[in-house]
Amino acid sequence: MITFERVTKRYDKRNRPALQDISLDIQPGEFVFLVGASGSGKSTFLRLILREERATTGRVIVSGRDVGRLSRWKVPQLRRGMGAVFQDFRLLQSKTVYQNVAFTLQVLGRKNAQIERAVPEVLDLVGLADKMQRYPHQLSGGEQQRVAIARAFVNRPPLLLADEPTGNLDPATSVGIMKLLDRINRVGTTVLMATHDAAIVDQMRKRVVELDAGQMIRDEARGVYGQDHQP
Amino acid sequence: MKLRFILSETFQGLRRNLTMTFAVIITVAVSLTLFGAGLLVRAQVDSMKDYWYDRVEVSIFLCGASSSVPACSLGAVTPEVRGQIEQELNALRPLVQEIYYESKEEAYQRFLEQFKDSPVTQNVTPDALPESFRVKLSDPTKYEVIAAAFEGRPGVEQVQDQRQLLDRFFRLLNGLQVIALSVAVAMLVVTALLVVNTIRVAAHARRREVGIMRLVGASNFMIRMPFLLEAAVSAAIGGLIAVAAIVAAKVFLIDEVLAPSYQFTAFVSWDQIIVILPIIFFTGIVIAMIAAGLTLRRYLKV
Ligand SMILES: Nc1ncnc2c1ncn2[C@@H]1O[C@H](COP(=O)(O)OP(=O)(O)OP(=O)(O)O)[C@@H](O)[C@H]1O
Ligand SMILES: [Mg+2]
Repeated sequence: MITFERVTKRYDKRNRPALQDISLDIQPGEFVFLVGASGSGKSTFLRLILREERATTGRVIVSGRDVGRLSRWKVPQLRRGMGAVFQDFRLLQSKTVYQNVAFTLQVLGRKNAQIERAVPEVLDLVGLADKMQRYPHQLSGGEQQRVAIARAFVNRPPLLLADEPTGNLDPATSVGIMKLLDRINRVGTTVLMATHDAAIVDQMRKRVVELDAGQMIRDEARGVYGQDHQP
Repeated sequence: MKLRFILSETFQGLRRNLTMTFAVIITVAVSLTLFGAGLLVRAQVDSMKDYWYDRVEVSIFLCGASSSVPACSLGAVTPEVRGQIEQELNALRPLVQEIYYESKEEAYQRFLEQFKDSPVTQNVTPDALPESFRVKLSDPTKYEVIAAAFEGRPGVEQVQDQRQLLDRFFRLLNGLQVIALSVAVAMLVVTALLVVNTIRVAAHARRREVGIMRLVGASNFMIRMPFLLEAAVSAAIGGLIAVAAIVAAKVFLIDEVLAPSYQFTAFVSWDQIIVILPIIFFTGIVIAMIAAGLTLRRYLKV
């Protein structure tokens, strides 16, 4: 699904690279946590996959495509194959829940009939079927993140990227979000999630990739958040 | 579906940016109206040239009894000299297309006709008016040939090209046209800059939407089209106003005021106007789209 081949990313010459010589493979259907201190390069890792940034050296390959060498007009095509969720939800405040989710499909030029079928379906999946006509400011943080996940997933991409999706949520709400991501992963979607949240990582027991100052220091199949937590 | 979505985004954008939209519409309307006025003046000059160049002649005035130029030192022209001049004119065919001899009596009749309401006719006798050859040239620009042959020739008092009188007038009109077009070009530049700014503001106002559109993989076409259409719609409305202004100028100014008062000349025709209207209409749209397109390339990178 995703392959990093000796990837280094430098934002500028003076500072140390944000990512340094990273190589790893993520198989389709995996659930991977990306952990590490603030500034360790987690967001950069995700941005390289989204082609919001390009690797300075090395190759990032997603579904067989060398992301860094993709011509500019093929980038939208790449992004249609992945959903992305962020800490700050990034919802459109002037649109209802339904419209926010439908926006993805409209922007991709989908037919009305398809939109009218797919949007309620995915809102049902995230548990917001009864709040379709609300506006984001009428929802709790957890509910807003569910809308963002619905928007990322409505197109049924094979890959879901999440950058600290529980960063703004309380522990109980976070558990709900994780259950949802787990459900999405169980239907075959590859999920890659950057997080600080030790409790969640420890609880889920998924693959953990740890970054430290841009270097990969750990890649464990059924890992926990920090070394010292290990049994 | 795609189209409906793009159109609805476009009109939302226009509504949200109402003041800017109006500013663009007004500058487009004003600059295109000026541009159209410049083209109109040119069309007017063209139609006057067509009309007048067909009618202008070179006049060769012959010496009368009281002429004082050196070529007339022998007094009034004699019938022999007149015959020689006519022969020399005939030798210049085919440049010389028609030769018409106007006697003193005919000149007098024409004078009476031209000034029939004026008391000046009472003091003029046929003898005071010169006899002349009226010469029509196959190529009216070759006046110099005639001037060289007859200027200063004994028996010829003066060679006069009516075309030169007209050209002085046309130069004036051309000057007006240059001014109108220069102002129009300056205004079009202002319009382009305004469109650039409008698009920048619009792109900034919609940066969240645009960010999300990019994130979910919207094509460049989908992202940029609403902005381009916003510019195009404003330009089209401004263009329609300019078109209406030009049509109004033709109907109310040229046809109702100018043409009835100046019947001796031709005025710009509907045929010429029909050519001008699409030019000004599409100039506005093209300029707005180019300005918008260049701005979007800078501000909405993938
Ligand atoms: N656009 C940028 N320009 C320059 N440097 C950047 C840029 N984005 C990130 N960096 C630097 O790259 C390094 C990694 O940043 P990154 O955002 O990937 O970290 P992170 O692990 O996501 O941190 P956090 O947990 O705080 O979100 C940091 O040192 C950061 O200062
Ligand atoms: Mg980050």
